[in-house]
Amino acid sequence: MKFTWFNLMPWPYLPDDFREKHRSVWVDIDSRLFDPAKGHEVYNSYMDMLEYAGTLGFDGIGVNEHHQNGYGIMPSPNIIAAGLARRTSDVGLVVLGNSIALYNPPTRVAEEFAMLDCISGGRLVAGFPVGTSMDTNYCYGQIPALTREKYQEAHDLIRRAWSDPDPFAWNGRYNKLRHVNIWPRPIQDPPPIHIPGGGSVETYDFCIDNTYSYSYLSFSGYIRAKALMQGYWDRVAERNAPDESPYRAGFAQTICVADTDEEAERLYSEHVSYFYNRCLHVYGGFADAPGYRTIKTIQTGALSQYAPPVGGYSELTWKDLIDQGHVIAGSPETVRQRMEDLIKGLNVGNVFCLMHVGNMPMDKCMHSTKLFAEKVMPHLRDMFPDYKDDDRFWCKPLAKQVKPGSLPVEKEVAALVGGKD
Amino acid sequence: METKTVQTHHVPVRYFEGGPSSGKGGEPLVYLHGAGGITAEDPFLAKLAESYHVYAPLLPGYGDSEECGELREMLDITLHSWDVVDALGLKDPILVGHSMGGMIAAEMAAIAPNDVSRLGLICPAGLWLDDHPIPDIFAMLPYELPAVLFHDVEAGTALMTAGVTLDDPEWLKGFLVQNARQMGMAGKILFPVPDRGLSQRLYRVKAKTVLVWGDGDKLIVPAYAHAWKKAIGGAEFVSIPEAGHLMTLEKPEHVAKAISRLA
Repeated sequence: MKFTWFNLMPWPYLPDDFREKHRSVWVDIDSRLFDPAKGHEVYNSYMDMLEYAGTLGFDGIGVNEHHQNGYGIMPSPNIIAAGLARRTSDVGLVVLGNSIALYNPPTRVAEEFAMLDCISGGRLVAGFPVGTSMDTNYCYGQIPALTREKYQEAHDLIRRAWSDPDPFAWNGRYNKLRHVNIWPRPIQDPPPIHIPGGGSVETYDFCIDNTYSYSYLSFSGYIRAKALMQGYWDRVAERNAPDESPYRAGFAQTICVADTDEEAERLYSEHVSYFYNRCLHVYGGFADAPGYRTIKTIQTGALSQYAPPVGGYSELTWKDLIDQGHVIAGSPETVRQRMEDLIKGLNVGNVFCLMHVGNMPMDKCMHSTKLFAEKVMPHLRDMFPDYKDDDRFWCKPLAKQVKPGSLPVEKEVAALVGGKD
Repeated sequence: METKTVQTHHVPVRYFEGGPSSGKGGEPLVYLHGAGGITAEDPFLAKLAESYHVYAPLLPGYGDSEECGELREMLDITLHSWDVVDALGLKDPILVGHSMGGMIAAEMAAIAPNDVSRLGLICPAGLWLDDHPIPDIFAMLPYELPAVLFHDVEAGTALMTAGVTLDDPEWLKGFLVQNARQMGMAGKILFPVPDRGLSQRLYRVKAKTVLVWGDGDKLIVPAYAHAWKKAIGGAEFVSIPEAGHLMTLEKPEHVAKAISRLA
């Protein structure tokens, strides 16, 4: 199993009456709710938390990209990942991912990911999302019906930019580049690639054909995800993929661990409520620009990645959220059992653990994270013994890694020119 | 109106045709619909067909017509629209367009000024004034649309919700598919800001031009009429009282009368 401690980086100061006074947490969220001085604290504490998780035995620490979004203040996950690369070791850096259709030219992603891979010593796990309609169309102005074609071209360009040893010309529909020749190059050839998807058959096939891991990053939990993931596994079988390795898939799950089930509710319910009520308060008009999804996807009736349950999240109590699997919370034993259901039920080898929830303070987040790492994760390590050697979907760091602080001491520098201290 | 199909270079095109075919009143008129699309029962088409021989082609993806992935940019769409006129065997028809269709018609007249001598623009899209940002129809929920599309919001709401059964999942799926096909296509022309550089080309238009605007247009407000009038020298401006953006539905007779000034 590969466990990634994932942080969306929510803004923790949305007001109590956010739902009533504001129409959306995303796209046109009121900029006056953002306080840059508080932002200084928020970013640094979130990065501290990611680094802390990196010391507890998680396989990866994860970041992602959103724009104009009150629950995800990471327009550039690469900036965060660069900071993390310096202050962590061994743990994978899961950047899930860069919305490659938004970079002009997309060789920028090839370059930045290569930089991250070099700085971190080959610890990059790369993600290439199409991007949500909110980010891609409404914030970044991409024409919905052309987004997928542009994404596809960006993907092909990045892969070639990583692998072709010689300069080449790229005469694409969306990118015209006479001299593609990126410096630096990634250590991994190529870095493992994970593709977030929301149920479209085209994305299933894209992952299967390229040996990419398909990630379903929903907030609605593992029970509601079963139909979608089954669709993926059916497609894996139909398309005669050489194996059904669980590492071909990943899933994001909100998880809160405490000493007992009751304690979990007492410690975390207000923060879970903050997330589901304020952070997921997205104006419906921004959910899905017409043309963004393919007709085939709509016709298959695939659930929208952000479709709230009937009645909306705001109606759900702590008990509802737990019973319906939106959130896995409780004692280490309760969480272990439900994680087993998740992992077996969805057949996923990659789990993106959403352990910082809403406006959760760092002490509670550390408590929950540590309990998961020490009392849950070790029991879930060998869920798929048949595939324990499948390393196709994870990073392969250099055996010998440079650590920060490798400069010679000043005395040695002085000795270079015959100086004395 | 009859529903027919004509083959063009890229894709077969559906169109509605009707009206007298010879002598007085039989002059060909090509009508280009707005982002909401058009049906054979459209009251404005019926009104036009009393005086002209009307051809109303659907953009690919509209109604039951085939989609066309090859049309991506404004130039593709402008040239495709000329392909349609050619395929219909028409020379210098009266060219009329509403909203997005007006934008396409103006592009056609700008790119081939010697082939269009009469141009009717009904509250066309295509220009952008920073002081009057056009509401983002792509980010509106269906129930929010009547307020920006109609002068009489209540009557407009009744018109838009007739036959709507949101609680039927099959109906809803059909609606989503149609919306994705039609508005997905419209997005290539209008999203995210409905300006594809037309203002730099309008000086080329030679056609006698009539601009028709509803004085209650809340989507593309009447301030735009003045920008258009300035951009196309000699254009005649007709303001329709108590009419919103969908004035072809609200005031079909008045709009048709304004178009008759082209004759």
